[in-house]
Amino acid sequence: MELIVFVLASLMVLAGALGVVLRSNPVHAALSLVLTLFGVAVHFVALEAHFLAAVQVIVYAGAIVVLFLFVIMLLGVDKSEDLSIEPFPIQRPVAIVVGAAITGLVVAAVVRARDTIAETDTPLASDGDSNVQLLARNLFSDHVFAFEFTSILLIVAVAGTVVLTRKDKRKVEQ
Amino acid sequence: MSAAMLGAVTPTTTYYLILSALLFGIGAAGLMVRRNPLIMFMCIELMLNAVNLSFVALAVRFGNIDGQTAVFFVLVVAAAEVVVGLGLIISVLKRRPGATADDLAELRG
Amino acid sequence: MLDVIWLIPAFPLVGFLLILLFGRRLGEPRSGYLASAMVLASFVVSVGAYFDLVSMNEEERSHVETLFSWVPVDSLQIDMAFLADPLSITMCLFVTGIGFLIHLFAIGYMHGDPKFSKFFLYLNLFVLSMTLLVLGENLLVTFLGWEGVGTCSYLLISFWHTKDANASAGKKAFVTNRIGDWGFMLAMFLGFQAIGSVSYLDLNLAAESGAIGESTATGIAMLLFVGAVGKSAQLPLYVWLPDAMAGPTPVSALIHAATMVTAGVFLMTRMNPMLFASAPEVSVIIAWVGAITALFAATIAVAQTDIKKVLAFSTVSQLGYMFLAVGSGAFVAAIFHMVTHAFFKALMFLGSGSVIHGMHEEQDMRKMGALRKVMPVTAGTFIIGWLAIAGVPPFAGFWSKDEILLFTLAERGPVLYAIGLITAVLTAFYMTRQVIMVFFGEARWGSHANEAEAAQLDPADADADADDASADATPVETHGAHGEFKPHESPPIMLFPLVVLAGLAMVGGIIQLPSFGFIPSGWRHRLEDWLHPVVRVGEAEITDTSAYDAKGLLALLAIACALAGIAAAVAIYAKKMAEPIEPEILADGWGYDRAISAFMGGPGRKAFDAIAWFDKTIIDGAVNGAATTISKSAGVIRRGQTGNVRNYAGIVGAGVVLLLAWFVIGRGVV
Repeated sequence: MELIVFVLASLMVLAGALGVVLRSNPVHAALSLVLTLFGVAVHFVALEAHFLAAVQVIVYAGAIVVLFLFVIMLLGVDKSEDLSIEPFPIQRPVAIVVGAAITGLVVAAVVRARDTIAETDTPLASDGDSNVQLLARNLFSDHVFAFEFTSILLIVAVAGTVVLTRKDKRKVEQ
Repeated sequence: MSAAMLGAVTPTTTYYLILSALLFGIGAAGLMVRRNPLIMFMCIELMLNAVNLSFVALAVRFGNIDGQTAVFFVLVVAAAEVVVGLGLIISVLKRRPGATADDLAELRG
Repeated sequence: MLDVIWLIPAFPLVGFLLILLFGRRLGEPRSGYLASAMVLASFVVSVGAYFDLVSMNEEERSHVETLFSWVPVDSLQIDMAFLADPLSITMCLFVTGIGFLIHLFAIGYMHGDPKFSKFFLYLNLFVLSMTLLVLGENLLVTFLGWEGVGTCSYLLISFWHTKDANASAGKKAFVTNRIGDWGFMLAMFLGFQAIGSVSYLDLNLAAESGAIGESTATGIAMLLFVGAVGKSAQLPLYVWLPDAMAGPTPVSALIHAATMVTAGVFLMTRMNPMLFASAPEVSVIIAWVGAITALFAATIAVAQTDIKKVLAFSTVSQLGYMFLAVGSGAFVAAIFHMVTHAFFKALMFLGSGSVIHGMHEEQDMRKMGALRKVMPVTAGTFIIGWLAIAGVPPFAGFWSKDEILLFTLAERGPVLYAIGLITAVLTAFYMTRQVIMVFFGEARWGSHANEAEAAQLDPADADADADDASADATPVETHGAHGEFKPHESPPIMLFPLVVLAGLAMVGGIIQLPSFGFIPSGWRHRLEDWLHPVVRVGEAEITDTSAYDAKGLLALLAIACALAGIAAAVAIYAKKMAEPIEPEILADGWGYDRAISAFMGGPGRKAFDAIAWFDKTIIDGAVNGAATTISKSAGVIRRGQTGNVRNYAGIVGAGVVLLLAWFVIGRGVV
């Protein structure tokens, strides 16, 4: 049963990924991305990371992809990009080689190490708490500093973006 | 292949890691191939997701919740990065409509 | 007085500084008196030091006075120190003594010259350098003086530098000296490398005790000899000395007769233990170079017509004798001859200066004659000098030359002895020739009167008469009687030094009388006893040789040669019994000078051009080439900066792949 779920979710993931890479229409690509994200969310659920699955859907699929679509509409870059032409002839072979190589090498490493990894999963040391509680306890005790810094990061990012993209009033007046 | 056999095999950590590697490779190749800045950004998101997947898989394997915490942080940072990045893309593409990554080559040596 | 021997160079230094600052205000003749007084003061200190040394025991006659640490660099410790021992004090005595006399002479000779004070400025600088040279306790102080005298020689030779020939002569002297200096420097470095010191005491002690190996000692000795060859005008570096006659005559007397040119002999004597410790071939080579030079220069002197050129070649020849002595282990004889030569050569140079002055700057001997009637004192003193150099007893030159020839026969054999003897004959011959041409015979200077007047209207004519290019550049003076030219005797200030030097040339031989029966025993070998502590290592011992037994006979042979030379010259030039043989090739100096110029101008020039080409093309090319290579390769690498993000991504990806590959394949993960 779990295998079927795994296979289906993996198909979603890979199909979406290939769609992002291969679709010339950016809107289509964005929607393929959504498919991938959902597939990953399913995997998260299968791996008992419920909170993360929820966050994945809400933040990634719900906010980030929506942002992408907004920008696409704002800028009108929904015109298709012609994928048949490639100004740098070397770029495609390199891309294929690099992509294949990275995948291949990591897979090789993983396969070689499968005996070490593939022991029975150690269940999380839970005192009957749910995944959210465990995660929260870890986050707010061991990693509270990082948590605070990420909140600062978010503020800085927002403020920075506003500043960066503001129209320069002085120039407009001239 | 009988249904029973299919059901008997549980996907181990190795499967997840291999999937994550595949996803990462596709994202990397896509980043190098596509010219549209927005789609390049999406490929980056693919790669991030691949990493998230492997984090969670390994967190489950080793029974350590830190893996999931890491994913949490990756998610937050990815969100912030998207905000800034899209803002920049808007600024640039407003001045040069229809520009692609190839056209933004001012730092040419 | 020994602890203030630093005053010996200090006085001329003070004179130099005072004239430098106030020379123009002092003017003539006060600057001359000041300079002379300084040198006289040095002489007095030298005399005091001499008496101090005499009062000490023979073994202790060596006093080092250290002024300050000059080069304190880790293992290289060199002090500015002076060494007072018999050799250096002897040198100081005659350098400052004769220097003083020449200063006096120059006051009269340079009268009326617009650069009077500058002349004495340089003269004092020269005495300073020379005293540093001889008083130096180590090779570096000596080298300081060595370079100083070379510089002063250049400055003084080209004193009348407005004339091209004079300036060229100065440059020639400097450049030729430099070749010798190279040898000196290498010897210093070698010495330091061998024993870590350049002090004479250390080097000589090490040579004597065998601490310096024979090959090292040979190297040092040969290199020092190269320096000596340059400074003392031996073959092949003698060419600067005849040209140096372009300088004023006091300069020729002081520097190129009595003092600077003897520096080479002094150096070899000072380093005699090094010669002793080196291969025996070195001394033989030195003896041969000296002998050949002596003969070579004597043959050239026979055919010269310029009064100073004869003396110049004569100096080269006599210096050859000194090196012949050095090469035969006769260091005492070399110093002896150096001293007597200083007396009679300075005397004759000053005498020729007096003649030139009285002849209103005429230097061609063919235009002189019968001057003894007009300049009796000059003639008288010059004749004494002539007798001394010809080797007629009891004048000084006979004793010293005889001693050299004795050692040559005893240590080096009959061939070199024969060369020395032939040279002695030639010496007597050309000196007699000069005396006859200048002071005897009929007066040929009547015709000069017409030419002197004509010269005032047409200078080209007078120049064409001069054989050599080194005629003085001062204007022809006609302060004689108007319309009628008459040479005159020189003023007393110029005659006084002549008389003193003549006296010394007469009795100078007394310092080293040989052991003949008729000489009382207390008067024999005084110089040898005096210099014994300095030369005891290298001095050859010949009292048991067959030559020594026959020394009476050899002395008579020497006298006979001298008389033969004189007689031949009298026969040819006075009695006109035969035609004078003055072949063109001898007057031209065997074509040596021309050969050097041709070589340097021709193949030498090509060699230099080749070296310059090598430097420009290959060395510069290598450096520039390195720069060009880098810049070109940078140009190539630069093309990797496309500015395109996707390309960068590709490169990053490739890097990641390599890294992963290394981890997975190379190291093996897990």
